[in-house]
Amino acid sequence: MTVLLVFLGAAVGAPMRYLTDRAVQSRHQSLFPWGTFTVNLIGCVLLGGLAGAGTALPAAVYSLLGTGFCGALTTYSTFSYETIRLVERQSYFAAAANVVVSVAAGVGAAAFAYEAAHALVG
Amino acid sequence: MPEEPLDPDVDLRDPVQQRELVRHRVSVLGVIALGGGLGALARYGLAQAFPTENGGFPWATFWTNVAGCFLIGVLMVLVTEAWSAHRLVRPFLGVGVLGGFTTFSTYAVEARNLLQPDTVPLAFGYLGGTLAAALLAVLLGHAITRKLVPVEAAV
Repeated sequence: MTVLLVFLGAAVGAPMRYLTDRAVQSRHQSLFPWGTFTVNLIGCVLLGGLAGAGTALPAAVYSLLGTGFCGALTTYSTFSYETIRLVERQSYFAAAANVVVSVAAGVGAAAFAYEAAHALVG
Repeated sequence: MPEEPLDPDVDLRDPVQQRELVRHRVSVLGVIALGGGLGALARYGLAQAFPTENGGFPWATFWTNVAGCFLIGVLMVLVTEAWSAHRLVRPFLGVGVLGGFTTFSTYAVEARNLLQPDTVPLAFGYLGGTLAAALLAVLLGHAITRKLVPVEAAV
């Protein structure tokens, strides 16, 4: 059952990443990978909130939305690959900014959402 | 040699990728969903097999992300430089399987969990260690594949 929920959540999360990335890219021309940054940040907020809800959240919901959907919506492989490509193109500032901003914003957003959810229902 | 895209999921500067949803919407989104599901199951399996103890280093997510980064390095050399890959290979393996396998959200939440008075150094070690290993893994995947696989003659 858990396996099915993880699969289903991810089968929605991965296409959502692709479609969001396209939508974000079509709205700007900058070299900074805003599309991947956007999906990773949304995923960090959502997973932080789910984790903060703790035992108030049924395990099945966490499998579907957390492990499945958030896991597949967010990506480390695309994030790392884009950083390397920026370095190869000698866009050092964009590469460094991508690393620092993605990690700081991701952890900060996850921590904030965790505390908010914990205060509300945890 | 064609230049590799900046974004391996989808790069709208590439006219082929720009148009891929127009004629092939169902097949492209379908293989991304299938690949994402399979990649997530592999990640879930590893997390179950190697559970992280409370306050411990999240090795399962670490190796998942590092392995996925090595493989995206391999894949992108193959699909842009070495093969005339089928149009669904990148969506299935890159966007789907590797995107579903690796995770940024779990990485962030695990780091948050380690940001407790006793384990702050471990939290920063996890954040920086994953980052350094993941970037090196992309470079390694690139370099090994370029060495082993003959590159198609430039057009």
